[in-house]
Amino acid sequence: MEYLTASNIIFFILAAAILLFGILTVTSTKILRAATYLFFTLFSIAGLYLQLSYEFLAAVQLSVYAGGIVILIVFAILLIKGLGEDKEINLGQRRIMGLVAAIVGSFTCAITIIKFGFMPEYEIATEMAKSVDMKLIGTTLMGTEKFEYLLPFEAASILLLACIVGSIAIATKSKEVNK
Amino acid sequence: MLTFSEIISTIHEGLTDALPGWLATTIEYVIIGAALLGLYCVLALILILLERKICARFQCRIGPNRVGPWGLLQSVADMVKILLKEIISIKNTDNILFKTALFLAIAGSFCTFGALQFGDGLACIDFNVGVFYILAISSLGVVGILLAGWSSNNKYTLIGAMRSGAQLISYELSAGLSIMTMVILAGSLSISDIIAGQGGMNAEGGYNTWYIFQAPTAIIAFIIYLIAGHAETNRGPFDLPEAESELTAGYHTEYSGIQFGFFYLAEYLNMFIIAGIAATVFLGGWQPLQINAGWASGFNELMGQIPSWIWFMGKTFALVLLSLWVRWTFPRLRIDQLLKLEWKILMPISILNLLIMAVWVII
Repeated sequence: MEYLTASNIIFFILAAAILLFGILTVTSTKILRAATYLFFTLFSIAGLYLQLSYEFLAAVQLSVYAGGIVILIVFAILLIKGLGEDKEINLGQRRIMGLVAAIVGSFTCAITIIKFGFMPEYEIATEMAKSVDMKLIGTTLMGTEKFEYLLPFEAASILLLACIVGSIAIATKSKEVNK
Repeated sequence: MLTFSEIISTIHEGLTDALPGWLATTIEYVIIGAALLGLYCVLALILILLERKICARFQCRIGPNRVGPWGLLQSVADMVKILLKEIISIKNTDNILFKTALFLAIAGSFCTFGALQFGDGLACIDFNVGVFYILAISSLGVVGILLAGWSSNNKYTLIGAMRSGAQLISYELSAGLSIMTMVILAGSLSISDIIAGQGGMNAEGGYNTWYIFQAPTAIIAFIIYLIAGHAETNRGPFDLPEAESELTAGYHTEYSGIQFGFFYLAEYLNMFIIAGIAATVFLGGWQPLQINAGWASGFNELMGQIPSWIWFMGKTFALVLLSLWVRWTFPRLRIDQLLKLEWKILMPISILNLLIMAVWVII
């Protein structure tokens, strides 16, 4: 009975949702449904962050993964023709590759969980009480000290964006020449 | 004077005394949810009636005037009618997605609605990243619209959904950037901090005014937010996703009965939510109007006597009226004009405005 606290129940509901939608994502034969299930998986993970009172991470999860990436995936899928039908997936060599990927993945997860030093319960309570300040996140994002090297990464992403826009601009230019 | 926070704390104490902790918390959550849902539906009815009445005035008609005094009960009658309508299920559609889509659309709108602060102490969600939460959670609605358009298996709905997706993703940028401009001024992402910075006394002993008066460039951000927010609600002149003369009804063509009602509700409440966020970030939320001058202390005192929820609702409905005015005045844009307006005009201005505001705050 001592495990049946309210926060544990919420955790189990969220974990069940993550697992269920995760399994549905990979087993669904219709691609748009798979994308929707992926959306729900990411959404439930955001709920997990909220339970840990990491509101910032939850909001990032929602806006970047659920809001950004899934919408892009759905958008890309909508532009493809003939999606409604069930697709027969041609197995074969993929079966072996899939098995290898599954074993390596679960092995990595197992090692991470075993090696991770879980905190005793009384420490978790004090750790949870510290909410991460937005100012700290902001200065860490823009800082140049140790472990604060996100700024060059951001600059590189802008460079990448400029490259993509440039390539599109070059690709569309030839049309006007043909006129 | 009895305030909402006193009533809420009385209920909270009564529940925690009588019941075990977990049950009291659960009951409180249910009460909050039910109260929000009730407010959501009542506001939708009021907004629909308001829209019909005002639209009629713009078109030199009288508008609904038969049901109840001055037609006030018209939207109640409409609600009963829509609940009695048959829910048509269509063959050759992806039924799961078809049913999920409308819940996503309304859940996105409802989750944003929950983050608004309706008065002093009338707030359900108050994260330290509240504004970011609002921007993030509204993406639920976009997914709902895209899925609705695709799962209906109809070319009009698909075109409507694609237009809506493009429009929402584009205008989200300007809306986000203009709110970020105000976040720089406020120095906080928390909604209660943003509201607190727009009222009461400041450190120098003067009165805090609304953010729109605190910096010269705030008015530019305000106008950009109103345009972008209006575009995000899919209403005229940005109603391309449901352009009735081209696409029947856009992404919700195939929905009937209360399923259509969900989209209808979400659309009207989104208008309210956008106005509410604009009122919170730019016009002080539930804070009364204050003038930062020595002679105005009596005026400020008088304004402070008006209850906070009246201030919030008053500001929000004033902005809703502005939105209706815009809707019934301008003709619909073309899709290329729409995207050009966002990417070539609004976004460069908002980025520049953001930089100017950062410099202003540093100085």
